[in-house]
Amino acid sequence: MSGIQKIKAQLNLFLIELGDLSYFTGRFFKESIKRPFEIKELLRQCFNMGNRSLLLVGITCFIIGLVLDLQTRPTLMEFGAVSWMPSMVSISIVREIGPIITALVCAGRIGSGIGAELGSMRVTEQIDAMEVSGTNPFKYLVVTRVLAVTLMLPLLVIIGDAIALFGSFLVENIKGNVSFTLYFNQVFDSIAYGDIIPATIKSVFFGLAIGIVGCFKGYYCAKGTEGVGKAANSAVVVSSLLLFIIDFIAVFVTDIFYDL
Amino acid sequence: MKENKTISNSNIVLQIKDLHKSFGNNHVLKGFNMQLFQGENLVIMGKSGSGKSVMIKCLVGLIEADSGSISVMHKDITKLTQEALDILRADIGFLFQGSALYDSMTVRENLEFPLRRHKNKFKSNANTDDLVIEALSNVGLAHTVDLMPSELSGGMKRRVALARTLILKPKIILYDEPTSGLDPITAKEIIILMQDIQKKYNTSSLIITHDVDCARVISDRMLLLIDGIDYAVGTFNELSTSEDPKIKAFFKH
Repeated sequence: MSGIQKIKAQLNLFLIELGDLSYFTGRFFKESIKRPFEIKELLRQCFNMGNRSLLLVGITCFIIGLVLDLQTRPTLMEFGAVSWMPSMVSISIVREIGPIITALVCAGRIGSGIGAELGSMRVTEQIDAMEVSGTNPFKYLVVTRVLAVTLMLPLLVIIGDAIALFGSFLVENIKGNVSFTLYFNQVFDSIAYGDIIPATIKSVFFGLAIGIVGCFKGYYCAKGTEGVGKAANSAVVVSSLLLFIIDFIAVFVTDIFYDL
Repeated sequence: MKENKTISNSNIVLQIKDLHKSFGNNHVLKGFNMQLFQGENLVIMGKSGSGKSVMIKCLVGLIEADSGSISVMHKDITKLTQEALDILRADIGFLFQGSALYDSMTVRENLEFPLRRHKNKFKSNANTDDLVIEALSNVGLAHTVDLMPSELSGGMKRRVALARTLILKPKIILYDEPTSGLDPITAKEIIILMQDIQKKYNTSSLIITHDVDCARVISDRMLLLIDGIDYAVGTFNELSTSEDPKIKAFFKH
């Protein structure tokens, strides 16, 4: 096979996968508004995803807050602008760093988990068993998981932002003797709804992307343990890539609104 | 000794006519035909990759056939709506090869799962707990109700899966290699259990197996799936004494 033929075949496979993913997404929206609603399973998934990701998100965001402050402080000091630190850190965290870091952590923690879980259910015929018992497995497994991650991610982002800001405050408190009240007064003075709302909307799309990709990879997992591994791995790779694409689009769209 | 069962066309509970199924260029089923009668145990044997599992999955609508008709309890499942198919599935039990227990749920939750959709099949005062315990008692595992599937042995998993199949009191049970992966003693226990269940509930069973001993003990009739078609049908004795080399190959030890 020549180089061009190989590229053509790869492109063909990519387009087929893209088409399947689009169909899967469409089916998710269609099934999510149809009865019966699997409320109990949805709540169980929300608890699993939210509660069990909290520690990882918390630690990551805390360290990001500390590091961001430590790395930026010397430069701001050079310009005598260290008093701007809370404003700068809060805007960076709320607008960009908080949502993208939390989403990347969740893509690794939740996306791979969904891919591996559904993949293993597919391989061991549990999804078939569910269908034979008269339960729609797409509704029970996919809709609940995608909705759970879509609902939980914005909450995790808000908590992660708060923890990152607390990390930054600790550095300011130790190195600059800034009080809690002063630091957070400055933070709240500099953050506007225009920072919080686009970031929250962006987080919803991040959650949707992680859920859809994780479920898609797991639901259509190839047979065998190798297939499960590949499903988990590609769930993380594809959703992480998708997060940056969504982030770029979100920033682009937000920028248009800022200009208006 | 096996009882003589009345076999007539009016007793057909499951019928496949001219079933075709391909995966790309691989033509797996090439005009497969089969009939299952009320109260009968029909064993289907075939080489690995001959399309036995594909055929059984076509029977419950897990795989869509390319052409042909599949009639279950006189209803053509290829023409049913999803809703009607789900209702019909309550009358068809399916024991999967690897048990397919939901490993994030306890044994109790596994058995309750089919009742979520089909509870209306029972009297309104039917208690879920009673149904679960009854099904587990049938397979001698009532004490495992609160265990997780990972805490069960292979044989126990297979029996719990059978209990899950039985909870809806199906009229037809499809067994996909019920003794594969089990030691000979446990395999024998499963075969005895299948016979007990058949006697107790008068179910019709379609059993896919590679196990000649299982086929000899349990089958009323046997069907050999060779080259994508129903190559030979008959009793175990008829087929095991056949001179056809393709048939003989199945009974060599």
